[in-house]
Formats: sequence, structure tokens, C-alpha cells
Amino acid sequence: MSEKPIILAELEIAQQKALALLAEIQDEEPLQAWKREYLGKSSTVMSAFSSIGQQSKEFRPLVGQVANQVKQALEAALEERARIVTEAALTRKITDERVDVTLPGRQPITGGLHPQTLVLRRIFSIFAEMGFQVYRSRDVESDEHNFELLNIPAHHPARDMWDTFHIDQPGVVLRTHTSPGQIRVMREQAPNPIRAILPGMCYRYEQISSRSEIQFNQVEVLAVGKNITFGDMKGTLNGFVRRLFNADVRTRLRPSYFPFTEPSAEMDVECFVCAGKGCSVCKGSGWLEIMGCGIVHPAVLKNGGYDPEVYSGFAAGMGPERISMLLHKIEDIRYFWGNDARFLEQF
Amino acid sequence: MKIPLSWLKDYIDLDLSLEELARTLTMVGLEVEVINVIGLPLPENTGRQEFKFTGLAWNPEKFIVAQIDEVMPHPDADRLTLCRLHDGIQEWVVLTGAPNLFPYKGMGTLEQPLKVAYAREDAILYDGHKPGYELTKLKRTKIRGVESFSMVCSEKELGISDEHEGVIILDSDAPTGTPLVDYMGDAVIEVAILPNMIRDASMVGVARELSAVTGKPLKVPSRKVTSTGPKIDDLAAIEINDPNLNPRFVLGLVQGLSPKPSPYWVQRRLRLAGMRPINSIVDATNYVMLETGEPLHAFDYDVLIQRAGGKAPTIITRAVTKGENLTTLDDVERPLDQHTILVCDTAGPLSLAGIMGGLESEVTETTRNVLLEGASWNFINVRRTSSRLHLNSEAGYRFGRGVHPALASWAVDLGLERMAAWSGGTIAQGLVDNYPQPPLDPLVSISVQDVERKLGVTIPAKQIAVILTRLEFVCKVSGDVIEAQTPPHRLDIGEGVIGKADLMEEIARIYSYNNIPETNLADELPPQRNNLELANEEKIKDILAGLGLQEVITYRLTSIERETRAYLLGQTPDPENYVRLLNPIAPERSVMRQSLLASVLEVLEKNARIRERLAFFEIGSLFIQEEENNLPVEPRKLVIGMSGKRNIPIWNQKDTGNLDFYDLKGVLEELLEKLHLEAVAYQPTEHPSMHPGKTAQILVGQTPIGVLGELHPRVKQNYDFLTPAVYVAEIDLEALLPLIPLRFESQPVSVFPPVLEDIAIIVEEAVPADRVEALIRQTGGKLLADVRLFDVYRGDRIGAGKKSLAYSMTYQALDHTIESGESTALRNKIVRRLERELGAVLRDN
Ligand SMILES: [Zn+2]
Repeated sequence: MSEKPIILAELEIAQQKALALLAEIQDEEPLQAWKREYLGKSSTVMSAFSSIGQQSKEFRPLVGQVANQVKQALEAALEERARIVTEAALTRKITDERVDVTLPGRQPITGGLHPQTLVLRRIFSIFAEMGFQVYRSRDVESDEHNFELLNIPAHHPARDMWDTFHIDQPGVVLRTHTSPGQIRVMREQAPNPIRAILPGMCYRYEQISSRSEIQFNQVEVLAVGKNITFGDMKGTLNGFVRRLFNADVRTRLRPSYFPFTEPSAEMDVECFVCAGKGCSVCKGSGWLEIMGCGIVHPAVLKNGGYDPEVYSGFAAGMGPERISMLLHKIEDIRYFWGNDARFLEQF
Repeated sequence: MKIPLSWLKDYIDLDLSLEELARTLTMVGLEVEVINVIGLPLPENTGRQEFKFTGLAWNPEKFIVAQIDEVMPHPDADRLTLCRLHDGIQEWVVLTGAPNLFPYKGMGTLEQPLKVAYAREDAILYDGHKPGYELTKLKRTKIRGVESFSMVCSEKELGISDEHEGVIILDSDAPTGTPLVDYMGDAVIEVAILPNMIRDASMVGVARELSAVTGKPLKVPSRKVTSTGPKIDDLAAIEINDPNLNPRFVLGLVQGLSPKPSPYWVQRRLRLAGMRPINSIVDATNYVMLETGEPLHAFDYDVLIQRAGGKAPTIITRAVTKGENLTTLDDVERPLDQHTILVCDTAGPLSLAGIMGGLESEVTETTRNVLLEGASWNFINVRRTSSRLHLNSEAGYRFGRGVHPALASWAVDLGLERMAAWSGGTIAQGLVDNYPQPPLDPLVSISVQDVERKLGVTIPAKQIAVILTRLEFVCKVSGDVIEAQTPPHRLDIGEGVIGKADLMEEIARIYSYNNIPETNLADELPPQRNNLELANEEKIKDILAGLGLQEVITYRLTSIERETRAYLLGQTPDPENYVRLLNPIAPERSVMRQSLLASVLEVLEKNARIRERLAFFEIGSLFIQEEENNLPVEPRKLVIGMSGKRNIPIWNQKDTGNLDFYDLKGVLEELLEKLHLEAVAYQPTEHPSMHPGKTAQILVGQTPIGVLGELHPRVKQNYDFLTPAVYVAEIDLEALLPLIPLRFESQPVSVFPPVLEDIAIIVEEAVPADRVEALIRQTGGKLLADVRLFDVYRGDRIGAGKKSLAYSMTYQALDHTIESGESTALRNKIVRRLERELGAVLRDN
């Protein structure tokens, strides 16, 4: 039996040395160098494989076997080490990486809706769930629809309630309220029951100031049917107000006057700025006027095509600008049509 | 209207606190605006305030009824006096400068002591020498060597009025030593009178409402002084020309009186109610008007006799005949029109009926005999006259809303009594009363079921009758039906179904809105339908906001000049088509807009100095007067305006330049895509506001829906923009909205891998890009899943007048993997088609 080939010893030495060195490696780069050194083409292991043919026949299987074992051992160790190195590298990366979180973010291009679109949608959606549908009508109205058919004849004292813009066409005005839509919707729907929301731009001849505008939105609520009562009006409007402001806001109805409703009422909600204590928003009264309402006047029902002995209904009118002003502490009504981006972008 | 509490209490016993009273008034429809306390304590701060309180509370320890026993001269100052005064406990010497005490100076001990309002040291009161109402505390000082620590008060110092000329001299029976608040503490409740409640612009009216709610009896005043003069019948006569204008006219006469200052309590009440005391005659008419709601007018009887040539005057009422003028007692000569009603005598006009007296027959200091008028007028005529002449008087305010003629004789009676009591004189017997047209005073029947049906609450017939009776309706109850006769002081109750609604309001008011239970609508729902137009408009707003645009809402009132700015010279909207205001508030808001573009350009201009990137849109109406004597058409439009930077450069984001035509076009493409519109095409077009080479018309199928493009540089010069170019789109929503499909179909997504390939072709410059893409798509058919133009090149390498278009193509099938042979074949087919139809050349580099 000839002497064991020297390669076997070399393999053992190489394995020991390689494993020892591998245990020290911390980074990817030396790991690759180690791989080239101990598993590359000119490594001891690979040389051992290529030397098999030169070995004496009896040792050839042994050299092959040992080389294989060493190769597998080194590969396994490499794999394990690589895992550790990668893991350590990730840990280091995570530990080292930092952004200045206080630097401003990249600005996305944003757009937005006008605050009055937003508040109108809120109003519509609350009423929609109670079966009220939106009905729009015109801004430039006949005196007949804006006044006469609403039980406001010419020279009637009630006309003082509206400072009207007149048009150079006789008998034509800019609507002073959305109420003419009541007549239009009634004439279209009679004798069906009605639950309608009538939004729209209205106009009044006034000095523009932080509190009053010549152009403003109004939303009218109209319900007509055979069994509609003052109590239903209270319930519906209270339900609306509670959803718009908050669930336990207190409200009160006090008598008022509108020519197209009778009895008429003004609805106040408890001032949510001061919780009823009295502040500048509620002018010290603890209450905020939020809408006018009432039972549809028999003359109006008749003009709309409904027999007042059979049908009844209620109507209410509110100012979405006022609602926004209260909800968002807007102190100048001129902001709405002023369209300053700095204002609009806040909503 | 201002209601002094003390005055109100003449007509009803009240045991309510000020707050309860205010709440009660508000809940019957007399909304309390403010409560001004005149001495009475302010409510305790409970943390919940229902009403606004102002005014001064008089501390009962500090403000006392005192008596001045002697007014002595000041040793060193002529304009000051020293008063020997007793406050019920002890005697003091008090320094004053009140001119109304001078007459008593040096008279020694006064036989009849002067009763005054005395403020002790440390009293808190208003500073009489400062303008407005400023609180001050009485401190011990020395004035001209005399120590002063208390004072005799003026009305201003006590917050009664702004009178500071002298100190208050109380009536002689004022009890010395009593706290002032107990003697004359008061409060003025200011209420808003609704247009249909003019009957309550009076103390009795307000008391009647309170009586209805509280059940306390109403004490209606009536004349107590008897007539001792001659019979009036031969002393005056009345002729009414038109009972429609003047349903009733009443005259009474007081002889031998002389005007003087009214008693202090009368002056004080008038001042608290907001009227200036004049003299005992005029004050009597005003007092009775505030008391009853019926305005009275006093004529100098001697002037009338003189005008009648020494005979008994005849009062004639009639409408103005053409060209008449009258000088009213404010010394203004007023031209009159035929709606005005005049009170005349045989010599001509005397006064504007129901509004204001004439100068000539006015009561003066020398008046000794007064003919007193109480009447009723057609409210429409009174309103027309006062609004045409801009004459706002207390009488016109009441008559312009309708005063029941029944009040006239009652008020004249009360007026005669007060005039005689305050000015001396004797009352002639009887009244001259011409009452040709009493109003109807409807009889209305209402049932428990009517009330139930409208109010949603069951109120027993008896209770309904009680409510109405307290409001002085005369009621007959039979079963569930109440027949109510309207009382002769109100004109606001109609007949039949209207009257029923009027009564309903009375019942609800007095029953209290608060007591009507809240219910949910249980009535039949109407047929449900969508408002598609609105829904689509709102969808468009959402899409545009999502694409980075800010919605605006602008004035629909504008001026022709403002709109002209948005157009090239000579291309403005037809001025004939503007809806013009007859009474604009300002020239810049004198017409309704015809251009939404002009509105949005103004917003861009305004924000150009505020933001570097401008991207706005508005949806709104235009107003176009197409035909005379018809309502204008109000088409809806969408306008988009963009200008400035594409994005805002910041530290980690570089400047990507200015917005251009294609940014705007991208917005529109995305909008129309999200609305699921098909067959959208863009064609060069012209527009009176836009750049001729950078404007496109948008077509959906064959329908033009609007234009987009660059604002014409000459139009841009009309605006104060900082930015290089402005891009605008104007969309006709009347055209667009009906095209939006109700539903759309989604496309399946392929699970087979795509084949990607780029091709570049060279075409003549004149070949439109959308034509190329359309051909590619058409030829590629279903297998061509996507085409994207990723480069456009012009330059030397391809020669002048040509452009290179590079497309990235995606081939993908739903049912198989596309092999390279298949994709090559398709590509060749596309290229051949482009070569054949557009003369394109495949570019290979
Ligand atoms: Zn408040």
C-alpha cells in the first residue's frame, strides 16, 4: 500500500484554515474573496478534484470522497456565514439609516372643492336619507313666482322683508329666495306628494359687508302631502340640525312671519360656540338663528295646484353660508365669493 | 318697539321675572332683542343667558329718593349751588351745577321741598360729562373748596335718557328715604314687531298677548274725564271722498288749553319708549299712539277756522289731484302723486294722511284749541307714499301696515282726556265720526280635527276657545267646531281656508310651539327619482378636484366692462343680450354674467400674486336675454383656468417648468375618460378669447362640447397676470351632460404575457398626431392592448417639414400568448398602413 497522497493532508489543512478564516469574516466583500480562495478554480479543493486523475488508483476514490466532504463542509459553512453577514449588514443598514423627518415632504398636486359645495352636499345628503330630492330652478324669476304666487302681492307690507333687484324687463326680478321653486315644483308634481330640497343662488339689494352679501345661497325644504303636520316639521328639522351640528344640540322654534307659511317659525339652535352662555357669535343671546320655517300657506298650496282642504305641508329655508360661518368660525361672508386660494384651500 | 315695563304694567298684572317675561314675549312672536334695565337688578349670572341685557342697576343702598329743602348759593362760584338735602336718615349739603335748581337759589327753606334722585358716596352710575354711557364710581373730592361725595342725579347719570341739562325733579308725592329702584326702577324691553303683528306696536297690544298666555286679565284703558264743553256737532264736519282710501274719520275737540311740559312721568315714559317729549299736546297724541297703536293728529283749531273764513271747518279727505304740493311739518315742500291721500279743508291740503301733518295747521306754543284727528287709511296708499317720499314716521309705520278703524274713536277719546289733563282746557261733547266702511271682521270656523291635521296635536275645543277668547275673539263652541268672530282691532284674519290658517297660527302661538310634540314624517313618500344633472355636475367637480384643480364660486352679478376684458376687441357678447339690473348696487355689479370665463379669469388674476401654480374651475350659470319680455335662458357652463408653474419647486423637487396647453389637455382627457365618454376628438378652432394657433374644439362623436386653448396674448394683456401664459377651457354642460352614459362596461384583464415594442415613424408636419394614433389602433385591433406616444422629434436628422413620432406598443391577447411571429406580422401590417395612408416612413436608427 502506497503512502497516502499529500493532497489529503493539504485538504485537511485547507479546511481548518478556511473555516478559521471564515469565522472572522463580517462583510460581503471578504466573503466573496474567501469564496474565490477556498472554493474557486485554483482552490485546494478544486485542485484536489482535478488532481484525482494523477493519484494512484487505490486512492482515487478516497481523494474524491475527502475533497467532496471538504467542499460540502466549506459550502455549508459559507452559506451559514453568508446568512450571518447579510443579516448583520441589514441590521447595520437599519441602524445607520436616518432621514430628517422634520424636512418638508414632496408636495403632491392637490385640488379641492369650494366650501359651499361641501356644505350643500352635507345638507343634501342628510335630507336625501329622509326621502327629499334636489330640485333646482332659475335665478332670474318673474315677480309672479318670486312674490305674487307666494302670497306676497304688490305693495304688501311683507315686501319690505326683501330688498329686491329688479331687471329692466317689466315684472322680472333676481330671485330673493329659493321659494319660487316651491311653486315650480308643486305645479310639476301635483297631486303627488312632495319632498324636495331647493338650493340656489339668491340676490338681495344690500350693502356688502362682513355680515351681508348681495348674492347668497339658500336651501329651501318643502314637504307636501295629505298628513303633514307642524309636529312633522319639528321632527324633520330637528333631525336635520342634530345631524348637521351634533346629536344633543338644543333647539327652539319661536313664532315668526313669512307670507308663504302659516304658522311660521324661526328655528334657533343653542350656540355651540359658548354652549348657550352668550358670546359675540350669538350676540349674547345664547341662541343662533338657523332657519325660517312654517306650514305652507293655503294660498300657496292652491297656487301650486293642491287643495288646501286636503293637502298640507311645511317649508323651511336656510342659508348655507351662515351654516358654514358658524361651523368654521368664518368671520367675513365676503370670503365666499372672494375666492382667495388661501381661504379656499383650508376646506 | 321699546316697551317700558312700568307702562306695560298699567294694562296687566305681571309677576314674571324680566327673563321669564322676555321668554314669554319671544314665544308669542314678539322677539326680544335687548332688555335695558333702568335701575332694576340685572339677572344673576347663571352661566346660561337667553337674552341680552344692558343698562344700570341702582343699588338700593346708594340711590335714594331725597328732598331738597333749600338751594343755597355757592360762596365762590356762580354756576354752582349748595343744596340742603334730607335722605330720610339725615341732612346733607350737596354741591350741584344743575341749571334747573337756580330758580330756587336763595329762596330760603322751600315750602314745597324738591324731590330728587340722590346718589350716595360709592354709588356706581354713568358719567354725565362724558359722551356715551361710561360707568363711574362716586368718590369724595373737593370742588372749589367744598367737599363733595354724593350727588343729585340727572336722567343720563341714571341711564334713563341722554338728558343731562338738569337734575330730575320727581313728582312731589315721591316718598323721601325710599330706595330709588323701589320708587321708579324700570326696564325697557325692546321687541321686534313682525309685519303681520302691527296691532302689537302698542302697549295694549303687547299686554293682550301676555294676557292670552298668562290668563291674567287685560285692563283696557277708557276715558274717565267727562266732556263739559259745547256739543261738537256744529263745530266741525267731515267729508270722505273715497271710503276705500279712508274708511273712517273721527274728530274731537279740546278748547282753552295751553301747551306746557308734560308731567315728568309722561316725559319719562315717552323717552323710554324712544320718543322725544315736545309739549303736553303733542305728547298726548304720541302717548296714546304708543298706548293703543292708533296714531292721532292734532290740528290748531283756530288756524282751521281762519282758513274757513271764520266758519266751522270741514275736513275733506281725498286722493291727490295732479300737481299738488304740501309743506309738511318738517318744513319740506313735497311733490305728491295720485296714490297719496290728503287731509284737506275747504282751503286746501292740511296733511299727508296717515304719515305727517302739514306745517300751517301744526300745534304751536300759542295753540289754545285743538281739533284731534283719529282715522283709518288704506295701507297700500300710505306705504306707497311714505316709500316714495322716503318719509318714515311712527304714524306711517303703523298705518302702512294696517290699523283697524275701530281704534279711532277709542284713541281720540283717550287723547282728549290726556290732553285736557295735561294741558288744561275742556272737552267738547261728543265726536264727529264718519265711518262709511267698517271692515268685515271675518267669522271663521275651525275644528279640533283641523288643528290636529295641521299641527299634529289634539287640543280640546274648549281649550282652543279659551285661547281665542283671551285674544278677544268671540267664540261659539259646538262639539268639535269653534266659530270665532274676529275682534275689532285686527285686520290680519282672512276668511274661509285662509282664516283657518290664520287662527291656526294664533292657536299654535299661544299654545306654544314648544308644546307641540316632535314627530317623524309618516306621510306617503313621493316617487323617487335621481337628479342626474346635479349628480353629473358633482361628479365632474370631484374628478377635477382629484386632478389638482380648486373649485371656485364667483359673483353672477358683474358689469359689461368686466366681461369685455375677457374678449378680443369687437368680439364681446352682444350687449343686447345682457340681463340688466334696474337698481344695481354699484356699476361693477350691474348685469348678470354672460361669460363664466371672465369670472374665472378674475379669480386667476386675483390669485396670481398669491400662488405660483394656478388651477381653478367653476361650474355655474350664464344669463342670456334672448328675447324681449321673456325670462332669460340660464345655460350651465364649466370653465377651467390654469397658469403658472406645473409644480411648486421645493428642496427635493425640481422646477418642472410652466403649465402648458398639454397640461390642460391632459386634464380634459382625464375628465372625459373618467366620465366614460367615447369618440372624443380635438380639432383646431377659433374662439374670441383664445390664441388662434393654440385652440381646440372638443368633440364627443359629432357633438361639440367646448373648447380649450391658450388665452389670447392680447386678451391676457387686459389682466394683471405675472405668469407667462394662461390656459382655459370652456365646456358647455348643456351639451356634455346628456352624453354621459348612465352605465359603462369594464374591460377584462389578460393573464397572458404582453409583447412590448417601440416604433418610430416619420410623417409630414401637417399630419395630425391623433390621426396617426387612430390608424395604429384601428389596424392593431383587439391584439393591440395599448399605444403610447412617447417622443416627438423634429430636426435635421429627418429633414425640414417633417416630424418623427415614437410609439410604445403593447400587444396582448385575452386568450393566448402572442408569439413573436404574430406580433411581427401585426407590426408590419400597422407600418404598411401608415406608409400607405399617411406616407409615413419607418424610422430606424
Ligand atoms: Zn354664543
